[in-house]
Amino acid sequence: MKVLTNYFKSLFLLELFRGLSVTGRYLFRKKFTVMYPEEKAPVSPRFRGLHALRRYPSGEERCIACKLCEATCPALAITIEAEPRDDGSRRTTRYDIDLFKCIYCGYCQEACPVDAIVETRIYEYHFENRGENIMTKEKLLAVGDKHEAQLAADIDAQANYR
Amino acid sequence: MTDSTVTIEVDGRELQAKAGAMLIEVTDAAGIRIPRFCYHKKLSISANCRMCLVEVEKVPKPLPACATPVNEGMKVYTRSPRALAAQKGTMEFLLINHPLDCPICDQGGECELQDVAIGYGQDVSRYSEGKRVVADKNIGPLIATDMTRCIHCTRCVRFGDEIAGIREMGSTGRGEHTVIGTYIEKSIDSELSGNIIDLCPVGALTSKPFRFNARAWELTQVEAVAPHDSLGSNVNLHLRNNKVMRVHPRDNESINESWISDRDRFSYEGLYSSDRLTVPMIKKNGEWKEVSWEMALEMAAASFSEIKEPDQLGALLSPTATLEELYLAQKLMRGLGCDNIDSRLRQGDFRTDANQTHANWLGMKISEVDTLTSALVVGCNLRKEQPILGHRLRKAALAGASVHTISPLQLELNYKSQQSLCTPADMVGRLAAVAKAAGVKASGSVASFLNAAAVDEFAQNTAESLKRSDSSVVMLGALAQSHPDYSLLYALASGLADVSGARLSIVPSAANTVGAQLAGAVPHLHAGGQSADRKGLDALSMLKLPRKGYLLLGVEPGMDFWNGALSQSALQSADTVVALSAYRSPELEACTDILLPIALYTETSGTYVNAEGNWQQCRGAVKPLGEARPAWKVLRVLGNLMNQQGFEYTDPQQINDELRALCGDISLDNKITEPASFEPTLSVDGLQRVGDTPLYATDPLVRRAKALQLTKDAGEAAIRLHPQEAIRQGLESAQHALIKQNGYQANLPLALDESIPEGCVWISTGLRDTSMLGQPFGEVTVEKA
Repeated sequence: MKVLTNYFKSLFLLELFRGLSVTGRYLFRKKFTVMYPEEKAPVSPRFRGLHALRRYPSGEERCIACKLCEATCPALAITIEAEPRDDGSRRTTRYDIDLFKCIYCGYCQEACPVDAIVETRIYEYHFENRGENIMTKEKLLAVGDKHEAQLAADIDAQANYR
Repeated sequence: MTDSTVTIEVDGRELQAKAGAMLIEVTDAAGIRIPRFCYHKKLSISANCRMCLVEVEKVPKPLPACATPVNEGMKVYTRSPRALAAQKGTMEFLLINHPLDCPICDQGGECELQDVAIGYGQDVSRYSEGKRVVADKNIGPLIATDMTRCIHCTRCVRFGDEIAGIREMGSTGRGEHTVIGTYIEKSIDSELSGNIIDLCPVGALTSKPFRFNARAWELTQVEAVAPHDSLGSNVNLHLRNNKVMRVHPRDNESINESWISDRDRFSYEGLYSSDRLTVPMIKKNGEWKEVSWEMALEMAAASFSEIKEPDQLGALLSPTATLEELYLAQKLMRGLGCDNIDSRLRQGDFRTDANQTHANWLGMKISEVDTLTSALVVGCNLRKEQPILGHRLRKAALAGASVHTISPLQLELNYKSQQSLCTPADMVGRLAAVAKAAGVKASGSVASFLNAAAVDEFAQNTAESLKRSDSSVVMLGALAQSHPDYSLLYALASGLADVSGARLSIVPSAANTVGAQLAGAVPHLHAGGQSADRKGLDALSMLKLPRKGYLLLGVEPGMDFWNGALSQSALQSADTVVALSAYRSPELEACTDILLPIALYTETSGTYVNAEGNWQQCRGAVKPLGEARPAWKVLRVLGNLMNQQGFEYTDPQQINDELRALCGDISLDNKITEPASFEPTLSVDGLQRVGDTPLYATDPLVRRAKALQLTKDAGEAAIRLHPQEAIRQGLESAQHALIKQNGYQANLPLALDESIPEGCVWISTGLRDTSMLGQPFGEVTVEKA
């Protein structure tokens, strides 16, 4: 009996049509493909993209060279050197993130006591030359300055969950 | 079981303890951890932090473990609910006023408060009022303060009082208004001050040169031996990225206990001085050129080979070099047939060399200094020469030892002492008076002095004290050793020690002063410390009778020599001067022809033989800077290039083994055979110079340590006179004066100082501004500038 059922099922291509019915259903549904790069997918405020160093509204850089990010970084991507600034405050003289090493885990942001190092929503960047993978302090601050409004809003939105 | 032992029970464990010991000592020894801030094993007990509260059975309240003596049958609970509640309560109160600035605090990561807060603190503070803020103090170039962080444990206060011997810090105010400070705006000038950085359990006192430079967790620790004084204090080097970031003490009860001097702690700054020599250089037609190692070494070998009479060579070696370097340097020179080798660069009288058969040393174990009951210290400011030894002598003095000094400079001693202040020429007479009072028989070289000596009260007291004591010492320090009549002082001290039953101590001045004698880096002793049958020229004669070629190891002309001016003129007139140096200084560039860059103490493995004859080895911790190489390698290759036998070493250990075999079981001994006759060379006429070497001018490395050079102890190039003497010289209102000595002269600032005997001028050596002057003692004239 089982042999007979299988024979008719394969004769009338029943499985094929059952499969095609899924195709047919999705053919007429609303499409969810994003036409990147013209269109972009929505990004969470918790997205962990390119790094930035932030400043206070007064323009003073936030980073105080406590080196907790460097200590917590599992990929050893962060290199910091510090010394007293002319006014006696504790500041970095070097803050490098090697983007080849970075695994974008977000621990640096998590460790930072002053919300200085953050990971932005930026995910579109590339390198053309050797050495560009090192984000220096100047580059990081520039990223921070450019996106400060967004960064501040994202941190605010997450404040209740930290 | 003796009566003095009691049995107590801690957390259910039965422990044996000495009756009367404090509970915390017993638990520490047993490995039971009780949190504490104010207790420190080397300091007195103050019991003011209350962190070590524990529960003791049948006692209604928790007791502080640091101030509770153990009793037979005592039952203690360190982790019971009541003990923990008490400890947590204390912690909460301590944190009320402690700022939460750990991220910018240098102590972060190695902070006792952080560590204890992890175990006993709460996540959330119940205190919402304003926190206390305390103004920071400026206490000098070595220690940074953040007094808001202070938890009033008073360790620094007690350290100043008990160990450093100067009450520099104290607490004022009560309760919340308590403030630790220096009372008045003042820097901390103790030569041991850096230790309060280690003692401070929080970040209130931190190292200024190290400020914000690195985190505790980034540093790796390597053991080393400090090369600035003859104790060889045990230290830990803290490294980051092949760079020494700071130096910490390593406990060694028989040498430096838990402390190190500021000189050992902060000298590391000089390692990265901008004038470090990093490539070999040669002088061609007066121009310095960088060359390859091959070329420099071949040129050095060739220029020495050109000098056909080996006696026309001379080697002047730094006593801060390692044992291996000193041994190889003398092996090279003796192999070439030259016996002119010396490392006693600051000595000016070598007449006792002929009577010496053994290497000089401290004359006792370092730890025995603590138990002295009487000491005569001649020409020695132990506190500022060997700070840790000074601390140990202070311990003895506080325990009742009587300390007598004969010195041309008033010593600022931090204990009771009898000081005999005299002119340099008088030192011999004063010592002779003590010897006469002690009953030294007038014979031989010093007979005339003993006969002429007038025994005064000081001499009588000193002699009696030395004879009465069963543990006494006669010490000859740096000022005695650089005295032009050192041989007379030596002979008198030797006689005095014999008669009074005291030890004779020739306080070694540098890290390898003893080692240099064992390695044969002196003209009168061969390697192994054996008396040499063919004696070469000593350090002074080598300069007085200029040689054609010199080998310098780790020295700087002018600053490291007894007679600064003479050293520069003699070296300049030589045909060839090859210097193995870690630095290029103007003096070296003027005097030398070939500069070979060598490694400093952190960069090379080597051995230091300390004052008590203890061989301490350490490994190189970091790579030498630039193309610099360990000096033993340079000397080895020079030996190969000059076709010397036995220079096939691949490891400094082989050199060490070779020398150790030569030394056998040789003993160190300060005894001298009865000398022929010594005539005094120091004239008693005119104005006499007294030239000490300031604490932070002793070797090239420490002279380049920036922070140390800003302190009071760095010494200033100045003419210091007694006010009366200044009036006599017509200089009472002058700011500057012209000093003339043996045809050399210098224009220096003038300072008046009542602690200098009349008839003397105090002008330090070892400083660049005084390096053009002559010997540290002798007649000088001072004129209006």
